[in-house]
Amino acid sequence: MIGSHLLSVLLAAGDTAHASDHGHHSAHFPVALPTEGLGYAGLVLALPLIAMILNGVYAISGVRSKLPAWTTVACLGTAFAVVLNLYLKADIEHPVVVPLFEWINLSWGTGAISAPFGLYLDSLTLLWMLFVTGLGTLIALYASEYMESDVGPAYCRFFGGVSIFLLAMGCLVMGDNLLTLYLGWEGVGFASYMLIGYHFTKPSAVAAAKKAFIVNRIGDLGLALGIYLTWLHFGTLEYSKLFEMLQADGAMAAAQQAMAGGWEVAIIPFLLMAGAFGKSAQLPFYIWLPDAMEGPTPVSALIHAATMVTAGVYLLVRTFPMLELHPAAAPTVAWVGGATALLAATIGMAQYDIKRVMAYSTVSQLGYMFMGVGVLSTFGAAAHVFTHAFFKAVLFLTCGAIMHGFAGQLDLRVLRGLRHVKGWRIVVWTMFYASLCLAGFPIISSGYWSKDVILAEAFANGRPILGGIGLLTAGLTAYYTFRVWFRVCCGPKPDDHDLAKMMGDDHHGDDHHDEGHGEEDHHHHMPHAPKWAVNLVLSVISLAAIGSILLVPEHGWLEHMVAKSSGAGGVGANHHDLPADAGFWADPHGWMKYVASTVGLLGMAVAAWLHLFNRSAADRLRATLLASPLKAVVRAMENKWYVDELYNALIRMPLKIKGHALHMLDRYVLDILVVDGLGRLPKMIGRTLSPLQNGVLQSYAASMAGGVILIALLILVLPMLLDLLGGAA
Amino acid sequence: MAEAVVPEVFGQLALGHYLILSAFLFAIGLAGFVTRRNMIVMFLCTELMFQAAVIALAAFGRFHLDLSGQVMVIFVLTIAAAEAALALGLVVLLFKRQPTLDAEVWSEMRDV
Repeated sequence: MIGSHLLSVLLAAGDTAHASDHGHHSAHFPVALPTEGLGYAGLVLALPLIAMILNGVYAISGVRSKLPAWTTVACLGTAFAVVLNLYLKADIEHPVVVPLFEWINLSWGTGAISAPFGLYLDSLTLLWMLFVTGLGTLIALYASEYMESDVGPAYCRFFGGVSIFLLAMGCLVMGDNLLTLYLGWEGVGFASYMLIGYHFTKPSAVAAAKKAFIVNRIGDLGLALGIYLTWLHFGTLEYSKLFEMLQADGAMAAAQQAMAGGWEVAIIPFLLMAGAFGKSAQLPFYIWLPDAMEGPTPVSALIHAATMVTAGVYLLVRTFPMLELHPAAAPTVAWVGGATALLAATIGMAQYDIKRVMAYSTVSQLGYMFMGVGVLSTFGAAAHVFTHAFFKAVLFLTCGAIMHGFAGQLDLRVLRGLRHVKGWRIVVWTMFYASLCLAGFPIISSGYWSKDVILAEAFANGRPILGGIGLLTAGLTAYYTFRVWFRVCCGPKPDDHDLAKMMGDDHHGDDHHDEGHGEEDHHHHMPHAPKWAVNLVLSVISLAAIGSILLVPEHGWLEHMVAKSSGAGGVGANHHDLPADAGFWADPHGWMKYVASTVGLLGMAVAAWLHLFNRSAADRLRATLLASPLKAVVRAMENKWYVDELYNALIRMPLKIKGHALHMLDRYVLDILVVDGLGRLPKMIGRTLSPLQNGVLQSYAASMAGGVILIALLILVLPMLLDLLGGAA
Repeated sequence: MAEAVVPEVFGQLALGHYLILSAFLFAIGLAGFVTRRNMIVMFLCTELMFQAAVIALAAFGRFHLDLSGQVMVIFVLTIAAAEAALALGLVVLLFKRQPTLDAEVWSEMRDV
C-alpha cells in the first residue's frame, strides 16, 4: 500500500515537473483564501490524536502485544494517504485556508487577538506533510520490530510519543497562523523530550532529554517574542493576512514596514531565527542534538534527523517574506548555517560512535539548509530538507539495526566486515546508498542535486566565502560518511569468534546506547540480523531517496512546490539574468556540478585510502598528527571543540554558582532569620506569658485590675502628655 | 407636701466625697479579693466592689439630677442578688467536692 502511494507521488511529480510554468522570480505568490470542502484535511491531525489516545488506553489496559505499533502505523499510514489525497485534489497554484474551529478569540478595549484553528494548505505544507507522515509511517513500522523487546507499557508509551509528535508536527506545519505553529512547535519539543528520555532510568538519557528541552526553550523564547512583536505590529498572526500585507509591494513594502515600525519590527526576523536555530540545532544551540541520540534510534531517525529538526527551516521558508524586514537577517542565517555546517562536520570526522557521527552530520546538513535560506534559495533549502529526510533516515535506521543486532555496539573501531555477514545485505547496501547521498556522489545520489543548488546559489548570490566553506564541508562530509561505511561494512571477513567479540554490552555500557533489548537478548552473544520490518522499511525509504532525485532538479517538482508557497521569493535565482554568451565560470549552477562532485569524490577517496585499502593508516595518521603541531586541533575535534565545556564554564557554572548562592541565602537568611524568626515570635510571646495562666484566681484578678489601671492611666495621662508636647511645639 | 428634711451635714457633701467613698470601697473589695483565699470572703469582696460602683452611680445620678443613675442602682442590686444565689450555689458545690473553702485548691486549670 505504501509502495503504491510512493509510486503515485513520483508519477504526480513527473506530471507537474513538465507542467510547471515556472519562469519568473518575483516574490509574489498566491495568498490563501478560505475554503470549504477540504475539511477532511483535519484528519491529518485527528488520526495521530486517535493513535495517541488508543496507545494511552492500551497502556492502561495492559496490552502486551504489538497492537500499539500496528495501531500507530495504521493511523499514520491513513494520515499519509489523506495528505496524498489532498495533494492530488488540492490545486497547489491556489493555496487555501481550511477553517476547522474557533480556537482563540479575545478582544478588549482597543485590541483583539484571534487565532482560528485552521489549516493552511499550500504546496509547502503539502511538501512537508508528505515526507513527515510518509516517513512517520515507515519509521513506526521499523520501530514495531526495533522496540519489540519492550512490548508492554513502555511499547505503548513509545508509540504514544510518536503519535504526539506527528500530531504536533501536523499543527506546526499545517497551522494557518503563527500561534498554531507555536503550539506545534512546543508540542514537538515535548514529544522530543519524552522520547529522548524514553529510557528514563538511565541518567544520561534523562540528562540528554533535559538538555534538549532547556536549550530549545532558549530558542523558543525568541520565537515567542517574534510572534508577539509580529502581532503587535501587524495586528494579525494569520499567514494569509500577514503575507498580503508584506507583499503588497514586495520587498519595498517590507522595508517600509520595517522603517515605520522601528527596531521592534526590524528585530522580528532575528527572533524568529533564534527559534529556528534552537529547533534545528544550529550555532549556538546545536549542542542538544548529538546528545539527543540517547533516545531509541527510530526516534533519532524520525525526530532528530528527518522531520522535527527541519521545523526551523520550515519556519524560515514559511515566513520568508518577513526575512526582508531587516537587510542583515538573511546573511545572518547564511553565516550561522555555514559556520554550523563546517563546525559539525569537523566534529563528525573525529567521532568513533557511528550514531554520533550521524548526529553531527545532521547538524552539518541542517547548516546547509540554513545556508540555503540565507542565500535566498528557499528552493535549495527545501530540496535539501526533502532529500536529506530520506537518506538520513536510512543512515540512522541502519545504524539502529546494527546497534540492535550487536547489542548496543556503535564503535566504528570495533565493528567491521558487516558486508560478509549473512543477513545484513539490505542494511549494508541501503547504508551505502544513503552514504552516497550524504557524500554527494554525482548524478545517482539525491543529496548531490539538492546540495549543489545551495552551494551554487551561495556563489551566485555573491557569497563566495560561504560557498567555499560549503564546498570544504562537502569534502569533509564525504570523508566522514565513508569512514563510517568503510569501517563498519568493509574490511576482513569476521568469523564467529570476531563477531562475538564485537558484541556490545548494552546493559551496562554508558557510552553505548541501551536500545530496546529485553533480558532475553543479554545472553545472546552473537549478532542477530534484522527481520522483515526493518529490511522492508530500509528498502522503501532508500527507494524514496532514489525517487527524490527525480524531484530535485531545477524546474522540477520541488521547485514548483516551493515557488507556489510563501518561500517563492527564494526560488529561481540570479543566474537566469545571465547573457547567453557568458563563460563557463559565470554560472555557478553550471560549474558547481563538476566542482562539488570532485570535492565529494576526493573526500570519498581519502576515506577509502585511510579506511578501506589501508585500514591501519588511520591510526598511524592520527598518531602522526598528535605528534605534530596540529595536535591541539585534533584533540579539539575529538572533544567536539570543547563547546560543551565552554558552555559549561560560561553559562552553567555561573548559573550553578548563582543558584547555590541563592539557595544559601534562602536557607540561611530567609528560612532561618525571616521565616523561622517570624514563626518563633508567637512561640516566644506565648512562652513569656504562659506563666500568667497559673490557675490561681487571685493572680487573675490582680492582672485584670492591673490591666484596668494601665488603661485608665493611658486614657488619663496620654492626653496630658500630648498636650504638653503640643504646647512645647 | 412637707419638704423632706435633709440633715445639715448632707448639704455640705459634694460629689467628690461620694466618689472617694466609692473608690475606697472598691479598693477594699479588690484588695480583699486579691489577698484572701476563702471563697466566701472573696465573694463578699466582689459584693463590696459592686456596692462601690452602685454608690458612684447613685452619686452621679443625683449630681446630674438624672434618675437613670438610680435606675441602674436597682438593676445592679437585683442582678447582684441573683448572682449571689448562683455564686453561693457554686461555692456549695465546690465544697461538696473538696471539703475546704480555700480557692487555692482549685488551681488545676493552668499552664502546665
